[in-house]
Amino acid sequence: MQIFLPIAEVSVNAFVLVGLGGLVGLMSGLFGVGGGFLITPLLFFIGIPPAIAVATGANQVVASSVSGVLAHVKRKSVDFRMGGVLLAGGLVGSWMGVWVFTILQQVGQVDLVVQLCYVVFLGLIGAMMLQESIRALRRSSKPGHRRRLHQHNWVHRWPVKVKFRASGLYISVFPPLLVGLAVGVLAAIMGVGGGFIMVPAMIYLLGMPTKVVVGTSLFQITFVTAFTTLMHAVSYNTVDMMLAVLLIIGGVVGAQFGTTLGARLRAEQLRILLALLVLAVCGKLALDLFLTPDDLYAIQPGIG
Amino acid sequence: MRGLVALMLLVLACTASAQSLVPQPDADDLPIRAAPTADPPPEETVVAGLSSDSVAITASFNGSEILIYGAIKRETPIPAGPPLQVIVTVEAPSSGVTVWRKERKAGIWINAEAVRIGAAPGFYAVATSAALDDILLPEWDNRYRISLAHAMRAFAGEVAVESAVPFTEALVRLRQDEGLYRLDEGSVSLIDQTLFRADVSLPANLVEGAYKTRIFLLRNGQVIDVFVAPINVRKVGVERWLYRLAFDQPFLYGLMSLGVAVFAGWGASAAFRKLRRP
Repeated sequence: MQIFLPIAEVSVNAFVLVGLGGLVGLMSGLFGVGGGFLITPLLFFIGIPPAIAVATGANQVVASSVSGVLAHVKRKSVDFRMGGVLLAGGLVGSWMGVWVFTILQQVGQVDLVVQLCYVVFLGLIGAMMLQESIRALRRSSKPGHRRRLHQHNWVHRWPVKVKFRASGLYISVFPPLLVGLAVGVLAAIMGVGGGFIMVPAMIYLLGMPTKVVVGTSLFQITFVTAFTTLMHAVSYNTVDMMLAVLLIIGGVVGAQFGTTLGARLRAEQLRILLALLVLAVCGKLALDLFLTPDDLYAIQPGIG
Repeated sequence: MRGLVALMLLVLACTASAQSLVPQPDADDLPIRAAPTADPPPEETVVAGLSSDSVAITASFNGSEILIYGAIKRETPIPAGPPLQVIVTVEAPSSGVTVWRKERKAGIWINAEAVRIGAAPGFYAVATSAALDDILLPEWDNRYRISLAHAMRAFAGEVAVESAVPFTEALVRLRQDEGLYRLDEGSVSLIDQTLFRADVSLPANLVEGAYKTRIFLLRNGQVIDVFVAPINVRKVGVERWLYRLAFDQPFLYGLMSLGVAVFAGWGASAAFRKLRRP
């Protein structure tokens, strides 16, 4: 069934959009990532103009995160205090990121910087997670091993300590604030919620237990993407509600299945899956950068 | 029988042409009837009509077919020599685009050089009654900018590259690959050098605006008469409502998008909880 999108001004198959939303929603519920890093490139592939794909992708991420975060609240796996601190950093970071984005646009190399960002960050994070979770899987299969709650590193020696009860942490407020800020900057430049960066940062940098990481990350993503959506709608008129509704229908259902599935899988297996997914997207983007393109020329709307 | 049909078509054509002859603000660069030779008046002129002078984009819009038909009006017998030819073009409103060329730098392909094109139509279809090169002389093509190569209207700013030709060729090639620029040679059917019809299909990814249809009469590769008619392409119903809201009330629209998202997220969460624990 073809449907015409009023803002994107293209006609696409409605079922493809619902399916796409469902796939990304599943990821969202399963891993606690918003799915922006998947939905945005996928929308490019089916011919949605990039600016609209980014803005509408953010809107779809709001819906799937709300759906996911509610499921996590019920299971008491959201650290609201940690989420609030991350969010405060995230909003400032996202505002800064938009400012950097505008400068890049003036220089004319936005595409390249965005793609390089993706390749570098996805590659680093994917490799780190894969290595760590394989090690954890081996360790946990050996009986009699005493596991520590989390690793203590330099991050835990900073001042202004706060108790994050749900995470079982007593650490300085600055590391999560900085994580939120950094993720906000990257999220605005890359046009994503930033969950795929934040989840590993929460696990490896802050030492949060995997159980609360997903819910807390979703909580932060909901607000950051809501802020992004509103900003895009007001300043660039690039949110396509028709497109968003179709993606959301698939997305909310997918997110619920993802959360249910996530509760049944072991944390290490979950992390290996996410690591492989991140590396796959990274590999695809890297190939695009290094292989000779089919056509050296490309059309970009506008003469700015 | 054939004569009767032709007569009916002619009558239809004349009534339809009457309404499309109303001056339109869009037909700026060409007058409605632009005879290339001012005097004496051309011996053969074109009267034409469109199956519809507007295209409504609804939610289920999936492209549209436009029938352009008409007849050649003449006081004198059909002149001897090579037969009359017809070219029909349909073009979307123009907008600015940037064409980038990638280059390998430090192993990575990056956008290196760009040509900024001030105006190129988002859609351009050319339908002809015979091979375009055989029926249109280059100087007349230059004058009326008929062929696809001439679809590009103007550069924007200084051209910084050595030669802009590969860039403009790339624009036409890429748009042709997407089906946005089309040359359909021989798709205009011409009967007895008097009646013609052309079917132009508009793609699904149409941009709103005033489209322009041009009909050229040619003899010996020269344009002897031009007829211009507008086609109004606009969104209707929910499409129009959403579009207007997004541009007139962006903050409200943004809040509404968020509201839909939050409600859908909450709704699914609640529904699944009910399903699991009946």
